[in-house]
Amino acid sequence: MLKDKDRIFSNLYGMKDRSIKGSMQRGHWDNTAKLIKQGAAWIVDEIKGSGLRGRGGAGFPTGLKWSFMPKPEAKKPSYLVVNADESEPGTCKDREILRHEPHTLIEGCLLAGFAMGAHTAYIYVRGEYVREREALQIAINEAYSKGFIGKNASKSGWDFDVFVHHGAGAYICGEETALLESLEGKKGMPRMKPPFPAMAGLYGCPTTVNNVESIAVVPTILRRGASWFSKFGRPNNFGTKLFCLSGHVNSPCVVEEEMSIPLKELIDKHGGGVRGGWKNLKAVIPGGASVPLLPANMCEDALMDFDWLKEQKSGLGTGAVIVMDGQTDVIKAIWRLSKFYKHESCGQCTPCREGTGWMMRVMERFVSGNAELEEIDSLLEVSKQIEGHTICALGDAAAWPIQGLMRHFRHEVESRIKTNKNSHLAAE
Amino acid sequence: MLRRLDKKQPLNFKFSAKNLAWAKKQILNYPKGRKQSAVIPLLFRVQEQEGWVSKPAIEVVAKMLDMAPVRVFEVASFYFMFHLSPVGSVAHIQVCGTTPCMLRGSDGLIRQCKAKISKKPMEIAHDGKISWEEVECLGACSNAPLVQIGSDYYEDLDEESFTKIVTDLISGRKSVPGSQTKRFSSEPIENLTTLGTKAEEARNASVELFINSSIKEKGPKTKRSLVSKKDAPNA
Repeated sequence: MLKDKDRIFSNLYGMKDRSIKGSMQRGHWDNTAKLIKQGAAWIVDEIKGSGLRGRGGAGFPTGLKWSFMPKPEAKKPSYLVVNADESEPGTCKDREILRHEPHTLIEGCLLAGFAMGAHTAYIYVRGEYVREREALQIAINEAYSKGFIGKNASKSGWDFDVFVHHGAGAYICGEETALLESLEGKKGMPRMKPPFPAMAGLYGCPTTVNNVESIAVVPTILRRGASWFSKFGRPNNFGTKLFCLSGHVNSPCVVEEEMSIPLKELIDKHGGGVRGGWKNLKAVIPGGASVPLLPANMCEDALMDFDWLKEQKSGLGTGAVIVMDGQTDVIKAIWRLSKFYKHESCGQCTPCREGTGWMMRVMERFVSGNAELEEIDSLLEVSKQIEGHTICALGDAAAWPIQGLMRHFRHEVESRIKTNKNSHLAAE
Repeated sequence: MLRRLDKKQPLNFKFSAKNLAWAKKQILNYPKGRKQSAVIPLLFRVQEQEGWVSKPAIEVVAKMLDMAPVRVFEVASFYFMFHLSPVGSVAHIQVCGTTPCMLRGSDGLIRQCKAKISKKPMEIAHDGKISWEEVECLGACSNAPLVQIGSDYYEDLDEESFTKIVTDLISGRKSVPGSQTKRFSSEPIENLTTLGTKAEEARNASVELFINSSIKEKGPKTKRSLVSKKDAPNA
């Protein structure tokens, strides 16, 4: 288990002083100028060396992403945009950073912004997080009044502004190009890539979009060194990570742990175990709604990192662990996710707009068993036609949970359809 | 999902002096010539002032941001948090129903909404005071099930604690948000496995901000009544 002294978010639950004074006592904003003076190349190299992979779901190496930013020009400013549009079902980690550890994020913005040549950062917070946004704004005001950001930020010679922006309830705005559209004051519909945001992002200028957690860990990595961060986790999956436990565990919680921690340890130690004991486990969605679920037998030796879960055709996603116990109607649980994706499809691409609704309606009949056995295969076929045929990954995200369900619980769907049929026959 | 403007529209809309000053400042957060970026924050403020977004309000915002009104309407209809029809004047209860909340009993909360408020969502009940709807994931899944009322989250609910919040609202009292069990924020309920054992702060950031804004609205007396109800958080 990770030791408290190795936790980056030492005030995750907000139990200690949340003001800038308290944050400074915990080591944040400590001589930030010294880090900046070592140069942008050093920061990027250090983050590359730490092995940090993006914490928003896709797991792209953060340092590498920063190195795609072109050299700053006078005519075209560069932007850092922080994605705090946390809406993946099961995920509630960035909320804790925004309201209880905002200074890690703000300091991270300055360091990351400097490393990529940006003088401005926008933090895009989901609309529902009203109090979290207020807490963040208070922290930003504190940082301005101390001179840590603003003109000559932290006396480093670099000017840096941080603005809070927000959405109004659209899951799709968590997709980076939809987020940029939304930030420009439009409907949040994803853009075609290329051009990638590093070439033409916000207002057509070079932009990097990073998740809250990816940015908030940067100051600590730079202070304690890349080699400290890469002590945790398996190769290619280094670092510490915030995990969100929800569903049928005795103690749902958000907790910072090592990458590659066994799923069982995570659930038993921090989640207080599965409701009704480990034997009562039915399935786990290990990385937020859009990754395929793992049945209980695979959870036994599951490791919580990008590569292990990918090998099992699932994913680490945002590290949001949704636990389902033996009494769960797993078909209904996945149907509810289909309903979610149907609701959140932006409507731009036909396969997704029409397909998510179609899949939801078929899933709805599977819940009651009012369907034909052949429909399972036709549903899978449709899901394959949505996957990969849309501008953004929402289509994939809608398809994967259903594919995962059929991969591991097809027998349950089949038996429900048969039971329903038999009960009808008996009634006749 | 098709969303249209309400059939009954007010004649006009005006930002309050305070909100107008705020809006003008907000626009400065964006580079020159990029006023349009402020459209969501401005519409949000409209909704905070009026309870919903009307056609005259859309036109006012369009004028302030040099946008065609239809572009503002597009934004208002795309983002689900914008109500295009009036909602309950005291509270509009948004129950999260997505899988993590469903697994922990959001169906029961919806059942209570139907019994205590109205059979159908978005119907305004109790003399125009209360309405409800089911929403998608609110992003506080470790505190499921939960509801959002205005700016605040009411977390770790069960049917009983939720019913109390609703009956209190009907009689005009707003409960303190945050976890409705003895939990501080999102730490493990049973025992604190990390980061020490004792809370130095009285309450978490969200609850603190709720209390501060209530005091600003209603005067210092509120503080005593709010705090006395919740002086024993976790740990």
